[in-house]
Amino acid sequence: MADITKLKSLSIQVRRDIVRMVHAVSSGHPGGSLGCTEFLVALYNGVMNHNPKKFTMDGIGEDLFFLSNGHISPVFYSVLARCGYFPVEELKTFRKLNSRLQGHPTTHDHLPGVRIASGSLGQGMSVAIGAALTKKLNKDNSIIYSLHGDGELQEGQIWEAAIYAAANKVDNYIATIDYNGRQIDGNVDDVLSLGNLRAKFEAFGWEVIETEEGNEMAAVLEGFSKAKAFIGKGKPIVNIMKTEMGAGVDFMMGTHKWHGSAPNDDQLQKALDQLVGNEVDY
Amino acid sequence: MRKYPYTEKKDTRSGFGAGLQQLGQTNPNVVALCADLIGSLKMDAFKAENPDRFFQVGIAEANMIGIAAGLTIGGKIPFTGTFANFSTGRVYDQIRQSVAYSGKNVKICASHAGLTLGEDGATHQILEDIGLMKMLPHMCVINPCDYNQTKAATIAIADYEGPVYLRFGRPVVPNFTPADQKFEIGKAVMLNEGTDVTIIATGHMVWKAIEAGEKLAELGISAEIINIHTIKPLDNEAILKSIAKTKCVVTAEEHQMNGGLGDSVAQLLSRHTPTPQEFVAVNDSFGESGTPDQLMTKYGLDTVNIIEAVNKVIKRK
Ligand SMILES: Cc1ncc(C[n+]2csc(CCOP(=O)(O)OP(=O)(O)O)c2C)c(N)n1
Ligand SMILES: [Mg+2]
Repeated sequence: MADITKLKSLSIQVRRDIVRMVHAVSSGHPGGSLGCTEFLVALYNGVMNHNPKKFTMDGIGEDLFFLSNGHISPVFYSVLARCGYFPVEELKTFRKLNSRLQGHPTTHDHLPGVRIASGSLGQGMSVAIGAALTKKLNKDNSIIYSLHGDGELQEGQIWEAAIYAAANKVDNYIATIDYNGRQIDGNVDDVLSLGNLRAKFEAFGWEVIETEEGNEMAAVLEGFSKAKAFIGKGKPIVNIMKTEMGAGVDFMMGTHKWHGSAPNDDQLQKALDQLVGNEVDY
Repeated sequence: MRKYPYTEKKDTRSGFGAGLQQLGQTNPNVVALCADLIGSLKMDAFKAENPDRFFQVGIAEANMIGIAAGLTIGGKIPFTGTFANFSTGRVYDQIRQSVAYSGKNVKICASHAGLTLGEDGATHQILEDIGLMKMLPHMCVINPCDYNQTKAATIAIADYEGPVYLRFGRPVVPNFTPADQKFEIGKAVMLNEGTDVTIIATGHMVWKAIEAGEKLAELGISAEIINIHTIKPLDNEAILKSIAKTKCVVTAEEHQMNGGLGDSVAQLLSRHTPTPQEFVAVNDSFGESGTPDQLMTKYGLDTVNIIEAVNKVIKRK
């Protein structure tokens, strides 16, 4: 069982990394990154069985994660670096020329920890299913994880993949939805409502679990154990995880406006003042 | 003019099916996916013999490409099968991001390319697929000419590390290349040595180039005929060597003039040896319903069109 105090402390540092990374290049996506911090910190620090020191593309015998909503790369990069996939100092190259930390994650520059390019939304569930099928063919009992934005679910390919996974009993796979209710143009309900998302996934033949407090570490960990309990039971699993876009920085919460804009110098300072922990900045 | 006797006409898609079946027996990492076109793609044998390694994804091509990309993680070699239109245009962004940019070892196998699928009409007759695929960095693009060559190509691409677009078709065409040929990706096949003109053809147009060569020989014109089964990477050396001798070229393909084999050849020649060139290709137009032969005639993809182009280009030397 992961040490919650440690995970919480790491989450503070990851949030500092996120706002500093996007501030440094005046671009990038802090909102969704901050909202998914607990999820990724927990996933990579106790939930997944993985080997940060010896990254291989094939990941034989390891659990694998696919980030489908690639725009939240800042949280992904920070978590990967802080669990040892690559040096933490490299976070300062984010979005800069010749960096392995591209605006959206890519395998192209061989950044350890990344197994697929994402950024164009809607593709990651299919990829995750493919990886889950290979695990089965290889008789490898590891688990495949993926993360998707709620706005991303408006893409048709997601539902092609959802039909496939249920019809073919892809039950070594847990998809998580960052259910923050926001996307670029505003609230998901106003842009294109998803209606009853639980009912939709259930109707598609998925096992659905919900995490009400996606920014509470204990709740996130509990969500993972609830989801894992359904592994191998004949259905794909989805975790609808309620989060707050911008979580942890008061002025970034309660709005969609920080989906893809970076703080200025004053705003950065204000944010950092709210994120005081024990770890060290890159 | 060299003779190319053949005993049978066969479809290139059956060559794909036979190649895939053989791979199923020899390479345990090969897996196959299809989007509700198993019969059309001739994937039945592979499916029957390897049910665990065959994935029916339904009419969901985007999902198929994504699943194929994921299957490579852990060492599988996925072959996807659907019509050329749904293998490329329909899923361009999926191929671009999840396969090409991600550097995944996926083999995109596309049947019913070009006009020769016939009566289904322009919705299904993609004439832009070579261009779409060759523009993607590091995508290998292969368009074999007959059954034997398609079978050999299918087997060869399993041993090639990286994304491949394999294009083939529906109609039966003379099966004239050797059954035991070694398929070398990126290596042009010299069909006839000549001195007056170089004819560079791909896919179904290769046989028409041979027919044209025979007629041209009767007219006293010596045509060098090259089968370019791999459009990317292009065999620059073979083309430049031939052009050094003949000083003019005709390209022939069942594809738009824009973005096709002719484009690639023109780009090569303009940079190395500017050379008169004529294009036998579809000229900025969609196809339509008709029999394959009627369509090839109407859209200028016949043996006579190659001969006309040769006469024209020789005068431009
Ligand atoms: C296919 C595609 N269309 C549009 C975009 C542009 N885009 C990037 S993020 C985004 C909103 C995504 O919303 P959501 O998935 O809810 O993520 P969140 O804003 O909550 O982080 C859009 C439209 C894209 N990246 N990919
Ligand atoms: Mg959202």
